[in-house]
Amino acid sequence: MQFYRSHVLVCGGTPCILKGCKAVRDALIDELKRRGLDEEIRVVETGCLGPCDLGPVIVVYPEGTLYERVQVGDVPRIVEEHLLKGRVIPSLTGEGRLAGVVGYEEPTYLASQERIVLRNCGIIDPSSIEEYIARDGYRALGKCLTEMEPLDVIEVVRQSGLVGRGGAAFPTGLKWGFTANAESEQKFIICNADEGEPGTFKDRLILEGDPHNILEAMAIAGYAVGASCGYVYIRGEYVLSIERINEAIEQAKVFGLLGEDIFGSGFSFDVQVVKGAGAYVCGEETALIESMEGGRGEPRIKPPYPGTHGFLGKPTVVNNVETLANIPPIMLNGAQWYRGFGTSKCPGTKVFTMIGDINSKGLIEVPMGITLRRVIYEIGGGIPGGRDFKMAQTGGTSGGCLPREMLDVPMDYFTLPEVGSALGSGALLIMDDSHCIVDIAESFMRFFVRESCGKCVPCREGTARLHDIIRKISQGNGTYEDLRLIRDLSHAMQGTSLCGLGQSAPVPIMTMLKYFKDEFEAHIKNRLCPTGTCRL
Amino acid sequence: MKTVEELERIRKQAQAMTRLREGGESIKIVVGMGTCGIAAGARETLSAIMDELARRNIQDVIVTQTGCIGLCEQEPIIAIVMPGSEKVTYGKVSREKARKIVASHVVNSQIVGEWVIATE
Ligand SMILES: Cc1cc2nc3c(=O)[nH]c(=O)nc-3n(C[C@H](O)[C@H](O)[C@H](O)COP(=O)(O)O)c2cc1C
Ligand code: SF4
Ligand code: FES
Repeated sequence: MQFYRSHVLVCGGTPCILKGCKAVRDALIDELKRRGLDEEIRVVETGCLGPCDLGPVIVVYPEGTLYERVQVGDVPRIVEEHLLKGRVIPSLTGEGRLAGVVGYEEPTYLASQERIVLRNCGIIDPSSIEEYIARDGYRALGKCLTEMEPLDVIEVVRQSGLVGRGGAAFPTGLKWGFTANAESEQKFIICNADEGEPGTFKDRLILEGDPHNILEAMAIAGYAVGASCGYVYIRGEYVLSIERINEAIEQAKVFGLLGEDIFGSGFSFDVQVVKGAGAYVCGEETALIESMEGGRGEPRIKPPYPGTHGFLGKPTVVNNVETLANIPPIMLNGAQWYRGFGTSKCPGTKVFTMIGDINSKGLIEVPMGITLRRVIYEIGGGIPGGRDFKMAQTGGTSGGCLPREMLDVPMDYFTLPEVGSALGSGALLIMDDSHCIVDIAESFMRFFVRESCGKCVPCREGTARLHDIIRKISQGNGTYEDLRLIRDLSHAMQGTSLCGLGQSAPVPIMTMLKYFKDEFEAHIKNRLCPTGTCRL
Repeated sequence: MKTVEELERIRKQAQAMTRLREGGESIKIVVGMGTCGIAAGARETLSAIMDELARRNIQDVIVTQTGCIGLCEQEPIIAIVMPGSEKVTYGKVSREKARKIVASHVVNSQIVGEWVIATE
């Protein structure tokens, strides 16, 4: 076997691709060849390493040196100085924010993070099943199929306390139990990778960086509930995710880790990819199923739930990508181990894509219950330009907005609803004090007006009316009566909309009215926008 | 895949591919690649070490470089760090000597006393 003294990991996640990592990789390979180092140094393309805004990012092992914003022109120097002579190039290791040398013992940019879901992202070559296996891949599946009864698998998931990461926080063990108990010849597992939430791209990066993790989890779910067929529903624009998962399916079949009689257990499981067309509402599980069956992507009336009446009317488990990514480590290490992370009510971790007015943007995984303050100031490196924090929106456009007073509230699925917010799926949008709340509210509502599918009145009309009212306020024509109307409309939508889109569309507005009422009032009473954003 | 043992076998083999990225305790070979070292043939020494490791199918060794350590007349210099032992530095390591050191020190834990210039 070839001996490599160094591995150079080039991040091949979509954000880095957009910044030109492919050219850097090619230049690196060429330069290594030219210097006769290609037999000694291996170039590995990985999934997202985390600090996406600093791309293209590369990490040199065994030292674990992270170079950021690497340009093609930097390549000869990295090869000559670092890879040949062993000298780290400080000027390319960044402004000290990532502290340059990350080292594999305790990479600085991961110091406050906890990596369960992302344990392989940015470390393995996602197109190599061997590298996944090297890091304990498919061992959990082997354990389940050869040592455990399906009901035992569900029991472990239940005890782990895992709840769905797609937004609704439904206990995963309970969900699997419903489908396991349903009588049917045929059942299905669907991995929900639609991810239509603006600013959210965690599921995409998980699929790109570690596709086998999802396949293994789906097979475990299939064994647990008695399904032999799985679908990954991915939005069509996620070209690289689709490519990687298809490649992974082919490899897993060759290795006999998908297909007939896996591990000689008699259990068979296959996975296919279904492409979504990009409507936000198609991430809602019943609309997703409707669209898979060839119908219009509109939600169905629940109950019955997909767990018993799902795809083709058969019992179907629909799980988010991140939820599934937790399954193999839970099965391998046990429920107690998993409960060691996060809070006692809400164990585990949460993956976020951090965006907005924050120094360090990108993909992070943190323990459940971490405070916003730690995320922003320890991991995110604070707010650029020394400006003040104004608000953070957790969980994408339908998540709640948290003001400065909430910086120390533990972020988990049960605490945030108590303050009128929600953890939601995956985006963490940070805004500084230069933004106007009314203006932000207007742009959020505009999104919902566009994405409402129109099937039910409260949402179809409600989103449009809410948008009208907010626009009116932002133009200086609002009244106090409008604020009352917003509240009434919101309550009606939350209580009577058919699906989660209409039910949660008012959440951001409600929290804004709760925490930033004076800003709305300034627009109404004084016809003044305190930040000078709105043209009154 | 029909058995868990089969997966375990593949895992063991595949771990060689990712070990470099995992950290942990490994034997370390450090080659002086300062200008003086390179002038004295450190590049060839490094290649010989790599070749010898590959020939013997050794995977759990980390090979890194360092700059000039101020003993220019002893170049090429290499140092071997075994987990839990002192660092042993060899001087004037030609290609042939390098291969011998890998065979004796790295594989069999036998220090080649006559070429050692320092232990610390
Ligand atoms: C409008 C809307 C959009 C949704 N989009 C997604 C999505 O993109 N991905 C996802 O996993 N869940 C999404 N959901 C939640 C799903 O309906 C469902 O609860 C989830 O896939 C279940 O998986 P989990 O239990 O693993 O979280 C959405 C829900 C609504 C109402
Ligand atoms: S709540 Fe909105 S998105 Fe959901 S079914 Fe009703 S109109 Fe469609
Ligand atoms: S895609 Fe490269 S760091 Fe995220």
